[in-house]
Amino acid sequence: MTAAEAAGGSPHRTLITGVIGSDTHIVGTRILSMGLEKAGYKVVALGALTPAEEFVKAAIETDADAIMISSLYGQGELDCRGFRDLCVEAGIGGVLIYVGGNLVVGKQSWAEVEQRYLDMGFDRAFPPDTRLDGVLVALAADFSTRGQVEKEVG
Amino acid sequence: MAAALLIDFGSTYTKLRAVDLDAAEVLGAGQGPSTVESDVTIGLEAGLADLEARLGGLPEFRYRLAASSAAGGLRMATVGLVKELTGEAARQAALGAGAKLVGTFAYELTGGDVAEIEALAPDILLLAGGTDGGNKEVILANGALLADAALDCPVIVAGNRNAAAEVERRLAEAGKTAIMAENVMPEFGELNIEPARAAIRQVFIDRIVHAKGIDKAAGSFDRVLMPTPAAVLEGARLLSQGTEGRDGLGPLLVIDVGGATTDVHSISSGASTRDDVVVQGLPEPLVKRTVEGDLGMRINAAATVEAAGVDRVAADAGLEPEKVTELVGRLVGEIERLPETPDEAALDRALARAAVRLAAARHAGTVKTVHTPTGPVQVQRGKDLTEVAAVIGTGGVLVHGADAGSVLEAACADAVDPLSLRPRAPRLLIDRDYLLFACGLLAEVEPQAAFDLARGGLDGDREEVAGERQSIA
Repeated sequence: MTAAEAAGGSPHRTLITGVIGSDTHIVGTRILSMGLEKAGYKVVALGALTPAEEFVKAAIETDADAIMISSLYGQGELDCRGFRDLCVEAGIGGVLIYVGGNLVVGKQSWAEVEQRYLDMGFDRAFPPDTRLDGVLVALAADFSTRGQVEKEVG
Repeated sequence: MAAALLIDFGSTYTKLRAVDLDAAEVLGAGQGPSTVESDVTIGLEAGLADLEARLGGLPEFRYRLAASSAAGGLRMATVGLVKELTGEAARQAALGAGAKLVGTFAYELTGGDVAEIEALAPDILLLAGGTDGGNKEVILANGALLADAALDCPVIVAGNRNAAAEVERRLAEAGKTAIMAENVMPEFGELNIEPARAAIRQVFIDRIVHAKGIDKAAGSFDRVLMPTPAAVLEGARLLSQGTEGRDGLGPLLVIDVGGATTDVHSISSGASTRDDVVVQGLPEPLVKRTVEGDLGMRINAAATVEAAGVDRVAADAGLEPEKVTELVGRLVGEIERLPETPDEAALDRALARAAVRLAAARHAGTVKTVHTPTGPVQVQRGKDLTEVAAVIGTGGVLVHGADAGSVLEAACADAVDPLSLRPRAPRLLIDRDYLLFACGLLAEVEPQAAFDLARGGLDGDREEVAGERQSIA
């Protein structure tokens, strides 16, 4: 059994991936999308240069379980501000939201950066050196504690 | 000689075309009033009498096929979930089926929305929402609301397949006619509008033709195949793609400027012609129809001037803005008016050019520069129509008005609006005898004759048009 299988991906779980804002760095989200798909999840890949609203619209239509935002160009903080509010406004406030990449400019302590994103309403934030397995384990853990019901309440 | 009779039950006229299938030639045209509101047979018989007089007798027709846009056309309302996703897919399915969209709705319907749909009393309602395996709640809720609504029309269910059967059951239990079609967006960002289009057309044939009273004249023709805009679209598709033994013209645009609306049909993948752009947004259907409800020559003359800007229209017409406003005020009140003075003719041409330019720009995609920290990126949305091979004008203004070429040229790319992906150097052609609809109908049974007929009915090419333009200048 691979780590991915252990992490329990399911085609009944839909994940939205993409790179937020004016960010063209597509490689990270592509590797992530392929890995998530291989792990058994249904992945809707929005690719690079995706406005925040498009993540939300795609999540509504596909009844997504999680939104996985990549940001590599250091301006993620500006692009991601208010993202949870946008989801709440659209009626999917309970959706799981992850963010990962080079989330800030310059050298800052990861603990501080993480806390800032958690304060913005993200369920988890991942530093640049994150491995796929870590994401899969986090997803499995969050799905098992949340269950299907919560997201519909959102 | 094998002949065919093609009929358009229009909103103003009943138009007939008799064609020789062997020679692929028009034998003649006939016209009667539109009498669908009272008795459709009166207008058809008048049209047949007119045709008979012109031909000196009617030939034996192997086919007698009809299209209809009478009695308000095929009035449809659409309901989707996210406005830009399944909402847009449903809209495109309805427009592609030749419908007149009377209402488009998204998200969970409100009591007000339901009341509005009831008041609109559409001929067909198309209910979409959710990708397959995606959101079920909204289409289930909307299905239940529509089931309980005071609504007689058939409902085509083309949403999330995991909820569709339940929606159908709920509608059927409430005594509604529910028809299932594949999801208009089975996966996120994947457009699948052909099945819904086919379902709309079937409902049109099976029910709407009867409901509108067109089948009263059933003895005088074989079949009503589709709404007229769908017939024009099929004619355009045939011309673009060709058929066995006939090479098509390639990607093309058809523009129909009417009194109230301007229709644009494109047969083109719309794929980017450049390799340095990122394409965003929904994929585009190969066969796409848009209807501009604010661009028209008479009822919407004032709206067209407003959209284009009175100064620009005035400059194009060579008139003072005050004069334009005065003349337009008159046109809106007299929708049958034909230009009588040179000023009116100039205004008509400027109006048509404005409608064509704006409608083509709205139909075509755009490319915009997005500045990113790694440099500028070109982002395309919508169809890239720059390489379209031909732009075809159809409808009264373009066919009967003067300077059709210069009017059509307004559809092309211009330096003023470099971000619009409109055709760069297309051939400009006119559907001289209003044959596209007829060929769209005929394509069903005799595609080769239909192609030759449509091709033979196109007038003009770029050289002629350029000459014409110079003579205007």
